[in-house]
Amino acid sequence: MNTVLSRANSLFAFSLSVMAALTFGCFITTAFKDRSIPVDIRVSKVMIKNVDDFTGPRERSDLGFVTFDVSANLQPIFDWNVKELFLYLTAEYSTKSNALNQVVLWDKIVLRGDNTKLNLRDVKSKYFFFDDGNGLRSNKNITLTLSWNVVPNAGILPLVMGSGHKSLAFPESYETAKSY
Amino acid sequence: MLSLDFLDDVRRMNKRQLYYQVLNFGMIVSSALMIWKGLMVVTGSESPIVVVLSGSMEPAFHRGDLLFLTNRVEDPIRVGEIVVFRIEGREIPIVHRVLKIHEKENGDVKFLTKGDNNSVDDRGLYKQGQHWLEKKDVVGRARGVAPSGNTRPSCDQFLWCFFLHLLKVKL
Repeated sequence: MNTVLSRANSLFAFSLSVMAALTFGCFITTAFKDRSIPVDIRVSKVMIKNVDDFTGPRERSDLGFVTFDVSANLQPIFDWNVKELFLYLTAEYSTKSNALNQVVLWDKIVLRGDNTKLNLRDVKSKYFFFDDGNGLRSNKNITLTLSWNVVPNAGILPLVMGSGHKSLAFPESYETAKSY
Repeated sequence: MLSLDFLDDVRRMNKRQLYYQVLNFGMIVSSALMIWKGLMVVTGSESPIVVVLSGSMEPAFHRGDLLFLTNRVEDPIRVGEIVVFRIEGREIPIVHRVLKIHEKENGDVKFLTKGDNNSVDDRGLYKQGQHWLEKKDVVGRARGVAPSGNTRPSCDQFLWCFFLHLLKVKL
């Protein structure tokens, strides 16, 4: 330990080991935590159209329009190891051609430090709700759920579904008016 | 000065000690290889640990972060999952989030992906005429993350970025 180089070397090696231990500590103390909270979802407006799918395959498909309210208190999920929550609202349903369909209608990033009380009203879907075909019309059972991907500082990336869902049904006929 | 000291040590060793050193080195290299291959078997993925190269998944993952992947075929693909996929004909895998899935009764599934930090979905990245990804395109799913300490949104340290690029992973 008599040269600057050997002292710098041991210092560097020691700090690296300490940081690795801290990172592992962050992971192991939060790995088995339950990240689920109750969520309240309401739907205010539902409409359906039948147009060419302009987001990709140019086939005539059902396009759903859903306006919803969502509220939840995200405070219990955050701790020292949660960097971000990626929230996403999923519409899950089944049709004659596909046994399971899942479409993300809306998502939001909530960072640690942001406002954790989620209380949004009359939210329009962020992504187009196109079906793979024409299976939305008269579909009686579309389930809306709010889930989140917990992004830690270090550790596991779990996907958690909030408890509380909303079922909605699409109308029998297509909307032909231009407005939404 | 340092190089001369090292050569003196080597000259002082007899043949047996030299062979021992070489064997020791070989043991270390093969242990590292065994651990890596073992990880590949346990996770089912051909690259169980990847490095984040681009900013398309910020603020969740920044450049330099490590991602731990698994690729168990029986795990169903569901929205919200972070998948690592390779587009047909391209070498570099991409890590984005699943936005939409349509699954048939027999298990055939087609899905769409999007990077968190991108404003549009990945259809522009797929092959010409390709609208969906399938299970065969998936290389793995991100299950864990280890930070790099780099929280800056742009890649300022060029040498570090170049090194990551050599690992041939794009996120």
